[in-house]
Amino acid sequence: MTDNGNKINNKSTEEKQEFDSSRRRFVKNTGMIIGGVAGGSVLGGLLTNQFQSDTETTDGKKEPAPATEARMFFTRYEDFVVLEQATERIYPEDDNGPGAIGLGVPYFIDKQLAGKWGVNAKDYRQGPFLESDPTADMSSLTRGEIFILGLRKINEESQSRFDTTFAKIEAEQQDEILANFASGDVDMKGIGSNRFFDLLRTATLEGAYSDPMYGGNRNIEGWKMKEFPGAVASYADIIDEEEFVKMDPVSLTNYQQKS
Amino acid sequence: MAEKLDRVDVVIVGSGWAGGIAAAELSKKGYDVVCLERGKDHSTEDFIGAKDELKYSRRIEMFQDLSKETLTIRNEMDEVATPHRSNETNPINGTDTGGSGVHWNGQIYRWLPTDFEIRSKTIEKYGEDMIPEEMIMQDWGITYDEIEPYYDKFEETIGVSGEQDPLRPEMSRPFPNPPLKETATTRLFKKTTKEMGYHPYHMASANVSEQYENPDGETINACVYCAFCEQYGCDFGAKADPIVTVLATARRHDNFELRNNSYVVRILHENSRATGVRYVDTQTGLEYDQPADLVVVGGFTFTNTRLLLLSEIGKPYDPVANTGVIGKNITTHSPNLTHLRVRGFFDNKKFNRYAGSGALGATMDDFNLEQLDHTELDFLHGFLIRSTQLGTRPITHNHVPEGTPTWGQEFKDKSLFYTHRNLDIQQQNGVLPWRYNYMDLDPTYKDAFGDPLLRVTSKFHDQDRNIVRYAHQRGKDILEKMGADHITVPEITDETEFDHTSLGDHTAGGVIMGDNPETSAVNNYSQMWDMENLFVVGASAFPHNSSSNPTNTVGALTYRATEGMIEYLENDGGLLIEPETERSKS
Ligand SMILES: Cc1cc2nc3c(=O)[nH]c(=O)nc-3n(C[C@H](O)[C@H](O)[C@H](O)COP(=O)(O)OP(=O)(O)OC[C@H]3O[C@@H](n4cnc5c(N)ncnc54)[C@H](O)[C@@H]3O)c2cc1C
Ligand code: SF4
Repeated sequence: MTDNGNKINNKSTEEKQEFDSSRRRFVKNTGMIIGGVAGGSVLGGLLTNQFQSDTETTDGKKEPAPATEARMFFTRYEDFVVLEQATERIYPEDDNGPGAIGLGVPYFIDKQLAGKWGVNAKDYRQGPFLESDPTADMSSLTRGEIFILGLRKINEESQSRFDTTFAKIEAEQQDEILANFASGDVDMKGIGSNRFFDLLRTATLEGAYSDPMYGGNRNIEGWKMKEFPGAVASYADIIDEEEFVKMDPVSLTNYQQKS
Repeated sequence: MAEKLDRVDVVIVGSGWAGGIAAAELSKKGYDVVCLERGKDHSTEDFIGAKDELKYSRRIEMFQDLSKETLTIRNEMDEVATPHRSNETNPINGTDTGGSGVHWNGQIYRWLPTDFEIRSKTIEKYGEDMIPEEMIMQDWGITYDEIEPYYDKFEETIGVSGEQDPLRPEMSRPFPNPPLKETATTRLFKKTTKEMGYHPYHMASANVSEQYENPDGETINACVYCAFCEQYGCDFGAKADPIVTVLATARRHDNFELRNNSYVVRILHENSRATGVRYVDTQTGLEYDQPADLVVVGGFTFTNTRLLLLSEIGKPYDPVANTGVIGKNITTHSPNLTHLRVRGFFDNKKFNRYAGSGALGATMDDFNLEQLDHTELDFLHGFLIRSTQLGTRPITHNHVPEGTPTWGQEFKDKSLFYTHRNLDIQQQNGVLPWRYNYMDLDPTYKDAFGDPLLRVTSKFHDQDRNIVRYAHQRGKDILEKMGADHITVPEITDETEFDHTSLGDHTAGGVIMGDNPETSAVNNYSQMWDMENLFVVGASAFPHNSSSNPTNTVGALTYRATEGMIEYLENDGGLLIEPETERSKS
């Protein structure tokens, strides 16, 4: 379990670094002139694919990414990379097992934002929005807008403090920026940075521990770490046990009725 | 223009416990009954395989669609209220067939004899000076002995599984089913508290311990402790809910119809008589008038209050002039005060916290209203204490000892380590009403149909904070004795205030009962003093909130109300009770 988690995560960190150099190479070789904006937009997607088919990891093998792992909500790869790095700092890989990236949390969040949650469909949205210091739920911004604003602000902070993007700074530097967001010390438009951070933190835990059908908790690794058995029909036989009973977790895929 | 439908004998607003009990009792008597429910139809079939924490506990699937209607909230009369925008901040109201009764926990308590005569008893024991200024505590116009048979009736309907509380009055007969099973945590709680000289017992439950057939012939299955209970529908038909009990009973009768997606917007009336209700079919947007001889409103505290205000029935409460009744005495068990929990972390003990059921736990009344001498205390009423085993799901439960960061490696490590190594002690205190805590219509915000939202004005008082602080210390004592290595006691400062996380499914008041029309809206049959053929049922009738969960009392008062409704229909009307005339309030 831990081994697997380490592998997934190491791979993606290395991929990221190699991607940056391969992007530069690609741009040079094709002789394309790109402005600052192109790296994160149309060309970015193209480059990602090119990179993914070309690059080998250190052990020479490549695990295919699940076909459900493509971005629905985040149009800019740049934003998504910040999301990956930030969620990984909130829920890092360690001896217990995989971190947010290894669990698929960033794709989980992407899928959530692409659906009704991202546009606050079940919420009361009529103005005026008069709350001072609104929480994410009370904000005039949708959850999708808050994520975009917040992730870009993280990158801006990184640029202004360390002269480079959030993905390229050291873990301690990433933590320093995130801690400033968490304490509300970064100025953001329309919402306190702490409110954005609360949303990000909660969404990270949701991704780590929700049923794998939502795209996070990959291979039920989140539940394994948490010793949560998942969708179990009955605990009638163990409920009165004095000692802890460990169980292999079951996801809804193996619980719900199927034809 | 609303289309006028054919007249029926009775129209009921809401299909929760309150509406459902009325539906069953009136259908059994042969009356033509239509029950209007704003939410969708669903049944036990929809709950099979619903073990999905993200959907039900985080996205709050089973609660009211706030895009259509919500509440606005403020602390004081000179402030502008802001809307409660998302269930994810705080889920408040149920919706859909069966209402909150489908996704409730099923924790069952009767209220205390003193609750029903709280003002008289407080004055008798301590003198009137003991009641703080602005606390508008009042008697209910009914006694415990009068309500006892109706408690019994509701308990039989839902197959309560439990045992006699050693500190409450002897019940006229035992609960219909034995208590749920013991767990390592209930055993530890009972052993510890007994050693401390207290009187623990197994919490009574509507998660039924053995397969059971209720007096109406409905079967409730045995609970399997599946741990997806609170906020979930039961996929085993083992939690007593309105769908498997009272609504099933009503549906056996052709003279009963449940109409879903029917949003009631007005109670119609002429010459002080209700003539029916107006509703919107939310699937077509068309408006209908449903005429009826008797109107029952069971849409929960907020809807009950709001429909009366929108329909201009009864006199709206004015806290400044201290006149009127509709909207007064709002009280609740606030998640950010009453329901804060003391938590103990055990470095060397591991419990099966993932398993459980909505109402599994041990509880005690040693600090409840009738056990305390308030002379030396800085609060009135009392509290229960309990330790529950509901099943801790992984997104919601990531508790760590004080001083641990809330994110990052240490957080991850400790939250994993303590997942099954923590226990909480919950207190639940009685909440008494204050003069400037009330409900009226909001001047700014509207619902999807263009009607004003309900506005809640409410503040915590010192008494509200003091009782919780005191109770938390008692919880801490118990956890220390249990051997917890780290204990977290929630901080309650003088700034801890009523806010958008303070309302809940235990909110009461707005259309309160009593024996005097000047200080109450309904009599003890839940019949409106100002409109004899209108019955408003549910926790809206409670003049205050006791220390235990409300639904047994909702059920009991509704059974009593249905007797009144039947008497009213059989005898062609009239008030069922003579009103007291003098203003009983000081
Ligand atoms: C998660 C949760 C756990 C709980 N646990 C417990 C517990 O352990 N013990 C306990 O005693 N209590 C508990 N409760 C509280 C309990 O559920 C309520 O006391 C009880 O359900 C109230 O019943 P009711 O019929 O008055 O209201 P509801 O159940 O709220 O039913 C009202 C119905 O009316 C409908 N309605 C409202 N407005 C309109 C309108 N304008 N037009 C048409 N229909 C309308 C609603 O959609 C709803 O279906 C819990 C509640 C929740 C949410
Ligand atoms: S814990 Fe029991 S009553 Fe609750 S949902 Fe599971 S089986 Fe039903």
